[in-house]
Amino acid sequence: MNKTVNQKAWFLVLPVLILVAFSAVIPLMTVVNYSVQDSFGNNQFFWAGLEWFEDMLNSDRMWDALGRQIAFSGIILAIEIPLGVFIALNMPKKGAWASVCLVLMSLPLLIPWNVVGTIWQIFGRVDIGLLGYTLDAIGIDYNYTQGFYAAWATVIVMDVWHWTSLVALLAYAGLQSIPDAYYQAAKIDQASRWKVFRYIELPKMMGVLMIAILLRFMDSFMIYTEPFVVTGGGPGNSTTFLSIDLVKMALGQFDLGPAAAFSIMYYLVILLVSWVFYTVMTNLDKRDGV
Amino acid sequence: MAKITLDGLAHSYLANPASEDDYALKELNHDWADGEAYALLGASGCGKSTLLNIISGLVHPSEGRILFDGHDVTHAPTAERNIAQVFQFPVVYDTMTVRDNLAFPLRNRGADAAYVAQRVNQIAAMIGMEDMLNRKARGLTADAKQKISLGRGMVREDVNALLFDEPLTVIDPHMKWELRTQLKSLHHEFGHTMIYVTHDQTEALTFADKVVVMYDGRVVQMGTPQQLFERPEHTFVGYFIGSPGMNVFPAEVRGRMAHIGGVAVDLGADYGMPQGKVEVGVRPEFTHLTAGPDGLPATIRRVEDVGRHKIVRAGMEGREVNVILGESDTVPPGAARIVFDPAGINVYADDWRVAPSGAQQGAAA
Repeated sequence: MNKTVNQKAWFLVLPVLILVAFSAVIPLMTVVNYSVQDSFGNNQFFWAGLEWFEDMLNSDRMWDALGRQIAFSGIILAIEIPLGVFIALNMPKKGAWASVCLVLMSLPLLIPWNVVGTIWQIFGRVDIGLLGYTLDAIGIDYNYTQGFYAAWATVIVMDVWHWTSLVALLAYAGLQSIPDAYYQAAKIDQASRWKVFRYIELPKMMGVLMIAILLRFMDSFMIYTEPFVVTGGGPGNSTTFLSIDLVKMALGQFDLGPAAAFSIMYYLVILLVSWVFYTVMTNLDKRDGV
Repeated sequence: MAKITLDGLAHSYLANPASEDDYALKELNHDWADGEAYALLGASGCGKSTLLNIISGLVHPSEGRILFDGHDVTHAPTAERNIAQVFQFPVVYDTMTVRDNLAFPLRNRGADAAYVAQRVNQIAAMIGMEDMLNRKARGLTADAKQKISLGRGMVREDVNALLFDEPLTVIDPHMKWELRTQLKSLHHEFGHTMIYVTHDQTEALTFADKVVVMYDGRVVQMGTPQQLFERPEHTFVGYFIGSPGMNVFPAEVRGRMAHIGGVAVDLGADYGMPQGKVEVGVRPEFTHLTAGPDGLPATIRRVEDVGRHKIVRAGMEGREVNVILGESDTVPPGAARIVFDPAGINVYADDWRVAPSGAQQGAAA
């Protein structure tokens, strides 16, 4: 069959192009614009080339923030994914309790970020917070405004509290899609609990788990509000993650050029990791045939 | 291998069954003899899968006991019963290779590697998957997966019973026949007790030594294919088995005579005075067309040639009647009546067959 050639059809993509241009491309271009220029105020800009990028790549500040960021994302993933799966495995499969669990589990997900931050900020205070006061009372040296470990622990526990539900709900959905016959066959084959998990549940959950990991990675890599509200990035710079550092640089110090260069590299890292994930996931699907 | 006894077995999926209708499986007393091949035949939702799952221990019965060789296993877990079961839809372990899938039940029971390898190869040859042993099970076609499920069911030699829950539903017709033949030869070779659930009468009649017909949570008849054909104990068996099913006429029966729509028919035996809903059932194979003055008036609607024989579809007072003619027979000219072969007549009271001795023999199953 001959295809009809109609170049005017290209106009049909125009609305999308315009929308994407205004929502993403143009704002991004202003950032690109800042990243290659310098300014001494008065709205006067001059060309700086890749100087800011070189500066940023040579600055310990960015590398430290990136290191903290990777550590943070790594730790919360290492806790939230297994914990979420564990919770999903132990949730009731049906009946009234399943609904109760689902509602309770989704509650933390519905709370706005800065409210979560405020909750933990107060909860952890040594003078009036239940957690801080109790820990202090039993003789644990806990003060998230001063102690490095206390600050990290608070930020991590807060994230785990806030987001493990998401992993658990996704894993639960994956588990629910497994037909009963699989469990029955496993019983007949006398498979142990571990083998049921390893050969039935885990493979069937793999798809949703990859999505959970990707979502949690991206979200945690961009985290700003909660640690900002609780620790403000302190003590010192110990919980200053990438976006907190970026905001400090761009709005606190008004270093637009370096901040823009920083933003672009930050963006590229997220893009790169997401692409790697996407490739791994599609390859997992393709492997089916082999 | 074991004799399986069902003793007063009944099951309801409800917590507090009130009436008999609440039971998915009504009270059942039955022995499955060691080493026989049974087919459990019935329409969808008649309780056959429930019964199978009770035997394998996936469902615990509300009432009654189940014994393997006289040993009570009613509350024993599935693993202890040492049975194999194949489900309607393929269950394979996606991330394992075909080989590991087949070896799985053996390895879980701690069989030694040499035995596992030998047994897996034997089974692979049987299901025709020797060249696929190293492939991942993921991504295989549905019937290849189902063959793996079948293979996994058959890989253990010492099972008490092999249960099949409509295992060939997803398999291609030609492969269906082949696998069924293999199952049968396997049965002859190893003599496992086999229970095969199906709603396909051809499958049931070709596979099994004995066919158990279930209807509405009850076993209505158990017998050889021939018994089911000649003496259906329940009108359901008459309808369900045979193609087309049995012709059933409401009738009034007095001794040797039946009155069907005002016409007297000689039944050939004394049936006494059955009460309730009385019907006369005659299979199309025992129903003949005649141009003579005797018999029931009928109008011929059409004749279907199905190859081995012809089916005459006729109408009788708004009711459909089927008559089977031999391959080379033709409809006699002027045929306007049907007559029955007395050997093929069965009388039913409230759907259950009445024995011709005169004594009423109700729920015989």
